[in-house]
Amino acid sequence: MRKVSRLSRFNIASLALGLSFLYLPILILVLYSFNASRLVTVWGGWSLRWYHEFFNDRAMIEAAWMSLRVAVSSATIATLLGTLAAVALSRGERFRGRTLFSGMLYAPLVMPEVITGLSLLLLFVALNAERGFWTVTIAHTTLTMCFVAVVVQSRLGSLDRSLEEAAMDLGCDPVRAFVSVTLPLIAPAIVAGWMLAFTLSLDDLVIASFTTGPGSATLPIRIYSEVRLGVKPEINAICTLVIALIAVVIVIASLASKLSSSQGESAAPL
Amino acid sequence: MPAAGQPLLRIEGVAKTFGTFRAVDGVSLDIKAGEFFALLGPSGCGKTTLLRMLAGFEAPDEGRILLGGKDIAQALPHERPINMMFQNYALFPHLSVRDNIAFGLKRAGMARADIAMRVAEMVALVKLEGLEKRKPDQLSGGQCQRVALARALARRPQLLLLDEPLAALDKKLRESTQAELMELQRRLGMTFIIVTHDQEEAMTMASRIGVMKSGKLAQVASPRELYEAPRSRWIAEFVGDINLFDGESKLRDGHRLIIGTRDAGALVVAEPREPVGAGRFSIAIRPEKVKLSRRGPVSEVGRETAINRLDGVIADICYLGGTTTYKVKLDTGGTVQASVANSARLDVDAYSLNQHVVAWFTPDDCVVLQS
Repeated sequence: MRKVSRLSRFNIASLALGLSFLYLPILILVLYSFNASRLVTVWGGWSLRWYHEFFNDRAMIEAAWMSLRVAVSSATIATLLGTLAAVALSRGERFRGRTLFSGMLYAPLVMPEVITGLSLLLLFVALNAERGFWTVTIAHTTLTMCFVAVVVQSRLGSLDRSLEEAAMDLGCDPVRAFVSVTLPLIAPAIVAGWMLAFTLSLDDLVIASFTTGPGSATLPIRIYSEVRLGVKPEINAICTLVIALIAVVIVIASLASKLSSSQGESAAPL
Repeated sequence: MPAAGQPLLRIEGVAKTFGTFRAVDGVSLDIKAGEFFALLGPSGCGKTTLLRMLAGFEAPDEGRILLGGKDIAQALPHERPINMMFQNYALFPHLSVRDNIAFGLKRAGMARADIAMRVAEMVALVKLEGLEKRKPDQLSGGQCQRVALARALARRPQLLLLDEPLAALDKKLRESTQAELMELQRRLGMTFIIVTHDQEEAMTMASRIGVMKSGKLAQVASPRELYEAPRSRWIAEFVGDINLFDGESKLRDGHRLIIGTRDAGALVVAEPREPVGAGRFSIAIRPEKVKLSRRGPVSEVGRETAINRLDGVIADICYLGGTTTYKVKLDTGGTVQASVANSARLDVDAYSLNQHVVAWFTPDDCVVLQS
């Protein structure tokens, strides 16, 4: 066997350029979060001072806690609704308007966030709903549900229908067949969908700022308003923590979806 | 359990329509307990739809399906004492071999110890010892087929349905699996209904074959009857190879009919049991019943008039190992195929291209078909 051909110099250069374009800003942000100096752009030696500052910043902690709560609850609701929608679309009988329904389900994928946010705001105002945790959660559910539906539906589409039939043949009623055969097989996709919804909710600024109320700012809103008054090194520390959290979630999500797609096709030694 | 003499399964005027397409069109059929029955037909003939109605995945629009005297036509799959082996096996990829086999037993509410015993029994039955902990994707095609079979048999169904069970296996494995399936069916004394498009497979395994065409049963017969006495021209052509000559005139001569054909002149055939009516009809003869000789039939065959002799030249030779198929271009215009067993290793009996030969066969070897 021949050795796998090495990357050419051009490849290496373009790879380095592309990666630095993507990650240099983040790298600098992470680096400066450990800066001892009060000035953001001047290096004053290593320190964890700004992390300490953040954990003593009550408003910031509250915003972070709010963001986490919103992300977890909206992701959970979105996963539930998105999975149901995906199941209905790929497993249900061909009902009238099915194509329209699936098209409408995926519209939020391409809808500008400003429009989603604004329309939700108008809705909440019209309903006279008190804006806060629940309105943001509902808004984020609307945004992320379609992502979950896409992920789960693609997995369902690749599943063999005769698996459910086999389960029914072996004594399961239709619901039981779904729970004992289909659900375990699409579980990785459901998990991946949840993670995706979680990260989307966590870093959303636009929709959250439209739909939240006074006293219940999410972390991105809080950061944004702080930055407008001038960048404090503390923001770097917060952002670094958020990046770390999202990175972990994304890695888990992609592992889960990889597992999901390899299952049934080839041996998955996991 | 049905009383003696009563069929295990009775299908009465069952029909199923998808949109405007009548997939199954008034099929009636009795299947006795312990039978190995094959539904044979080209793709799209409705055989799979019929099987799926027996399993409960489709509900018939018309007719009844009686299992042991009870109508199950509208019962859901899990309410029927019938199991099915799927064409693509449909093994649960997230479960091990053992759990796949135990799946139906758990649903039946069997005790743990009994399940373990039954699974071990099934594993031994299909010779999968040592592979119990494997997942389906770590098995070969043949092994998957065995797991699917064991899983379908584990609940000891009154009736086992097999949807193209050997289609995914290569030829050698298919042949050995055919033998194993037959042996298994005899040993367990179970009733099998197999769906296949492969006529050889149906002939080899089944004790009775139902040939389907456009949603209807064209003929239900034993393999021998189907081959030697097909009911129509279509069946004769679908099952095996055949020579067909269109009849133009007929003349009675005692127990024989003398039939004039355009392609092969006058042929003498035994009078069929059912009288030949008006309309198109043809003479059918299987290639292996056509004998070839250099001079014509020798005296031992009997009276000269009782034999059909067709002069011609060899136009094509197809050597198949066990047999050789010769295509003979007849002087009267048509062609006839003769399949000759290669009973000697050296080609003492072989004919060569363009050689003059006489193709001959007896009146009893011919079948008169009305189309």
